[in-house]
Amino acid sequence: MASKQEIWIFAEQEENRLKPVALELLGKARDLADDLDVKVGALLLGSEVRELSQPLTEHGADTIYLADHPELKMYRTLPYAKVITRTIEDYKPQIVLFGATMIGRDLAPRIASHLVTGLTADCTDLQIGDYLDPFTAQNFEKILYQIRPAFGGNVIATIVGPRHSPQMATVREGVMKALPPGNHRVAQTAPATVELTNAEAAVEIIEHYRKPKTVDLRAARIIVSGGAGVGGKEGFDLIRNLARTLGGEVGASRAAVDAGYIAKDHQVGQTGTTVRPVLYIACGISGAVQHRVGMQESAKIIAINSDPDAPILSIAHYGIIGDLNKVIPMMIQAYKRI
Amino acid sequence: MDSIVLVKQVPDTKNITAKTMKEDGTVNRAALPAVFNPDDLCALELALQVRERFGGTVKVMSMGPLRAVEVLRDALCRGADEAILLSDKRFAAADTLATSYTLSRAIQKIGRFDLIFCGRQAIDGDTAQVGPQLAEKLGIPQASYAQEVWLDNGKVRVRREVEGGFEVLALPTPALITVSGGYVLPRPKSAKRIIKYRRLTAKPEIENQLKKEHDEWSEAELRNRVEEEAEKLARAGLLVPVWGMEDFNVDVQRIGLVGSPTRVWKVLSVTLHTGESRKVEASESGVLAMMRELVNDHVLG
Repeated sequence: MASKQEIWIFAEQEENRLKPVALELLGKARDLADDLDVKVGALLLGSEVRELSQPLTEHGADTIYLADHPELKMYRTLPYAKVITRTIEDYKPQIVLFGATMIGRDLAPRIASHLVTGLTADCTDLQIGDYLDPFTAQNFEKILYQIRPAFGGNVIATIVGPRHSPQMATVREGVMKALPPGNHRVAQTAPATVELTNAEAAVEIIEHYRKPKTVDLRAARIIVSGGAGVGGKEGFDLIRNLARTLGGEVGASRAAVDAGYIAKDHQVGQTGTTVRPVLYIACGISGAVQHRVGMQESAKIIAINSDPDAPILSIAHYGIIGDLNKVIPMMIQAYKRI
Repeated sequence: MDSIVLVKQVPDTKNITAKTMKEDGTVNRAALPAVFNPDDLCALELALQVRERFGGTVKVMSMGPLRAVEVLRDALCRGADEAILLSDKRFAAADTLATSYTLSRAIQKIGRFDLIFCGRQAIDGDTAQVGPQLAEKLGIPQASYAQEVWLDNGKVRVRREVEGGFEVLALPTPALITVSGGYVLPRPKSAKRIIKYRRLTAKPEIENQLKKEHDEWSEAELRNRVEEEAEKLARAGLLVPVWGMEDFNVDVQRIGLVGSPTRVWKVLSVTLHTGESRKVEASESGVLAMMRELVNDHVLG
């Protein structure tokens, strides 16, 4: 089959519900595809997931590559990798994007390795542009710039992989923007290549347990976040109090989560959730780069820290050097007075 | 259960500046304080736990410059049985595909194994890709984000983290397991092993040392002395074999920079942006003024 040079996204779903990142990827893919004047494809794998074609269409997919099979009901590396790899080999998209989720980062490398192509992890931006190879002086037109933090978030690197196809990337959640759903949009469905053998069934899921998420940080307009400075589980009551007063959600730094002050669902940062609220209040958080990358795009940032040298103070719009146990009650009081 | 643990010496990314990157966008590792990649320490710990419960051996392997002998020594001090270093200028500047290729060839030379343990990701590349890519090249199943590993009815069971929970997988061997930090606590080095492995070294290090101390020796003399010293240390279990390109079967087109489909094109240092940063006094009046402003700006309702 000749290549239609499409841009594909992996439509990650769990329990027959699309993950938000799938729609974010579609939004970005649509952007890139319009730049390149090609179509957008969505890889949809699962069991009895056909109905998810609808939201995928509304959010920008031109073609849904559907693999509906009982063996694909729950995510396992080998069957998913096999289906996607063979489908890519058959249809030859030029770009394939995955969310940098736990699944995406388990799955995409396996596929890229089989296809002997490049893969860039955890991109925070993607652009189309030209590239002049400094080693061979070869000029590549309209390739994918894969932009991502590296070295623990201390640098932003632009990675390119012009010589191999497809160009693949995993993309950080919560960064790209989904398109508003358009029910005027239409898409067609094409079959993904499903050739599953015993080899793919080698790994069995013996047990699977998921707790429903107790907090949706990404949808929160206001987040009050606590760090190691909060000092303990009880200390977070103060954080919760402020959050409740202001109508916000509770966040936390990795340090606070690791210390057991609060559940991982609340973690903001490189290994937690990336958020972009209207107001982010960081209490007793030092502001290590791994935390900053998860919240630095917040519209307004307030930081409360007793350490005048805490890095968080340099990115805060309002920096308060003081004891959060005194400052937070002041904030609650003040807000009630206004 | 014979395991191979892949470990990496990484620059301490808490101390990176633009000065420590090279022109071509790759890291200048020699210029930074080097540490044992944190996830790899956890991978080693799980491998040691498997050995404790089910028997077998734990080999550690690293791909890197000569200096990486330091993390191999560290791993031996924590209980690993054997160490190997893959080191060759031509392996350098490899992306994850070329790295996983090189590692796969070395592992094929080692031969038999039941489990490969890797850290989930390294704190320099932050890709978490080498483990799964290595598994694909070896044609074996993988389990990432592992928290616990045990045996049941001859099959390996892995408890791994999934989003919002966990799952237990049954895998046939050989298989590859990636481990992330935060669940497993690495054991410390044992005092006895620290003393034993103080003299652990590799041939190139012996050569460098002897050359420095005896620049009056001829090439031939130096070579003989190095062989002698190496043999002595090897007999005592204190010599780390170093494999270069010629020591195992690799296709030169698939290693190093040449074998890397991805290239680092540009690198920008991330700087803290000060923007409109204002200090608010930690007093009732200071805080009230700030809250008023936020309400006026419609940030707070």
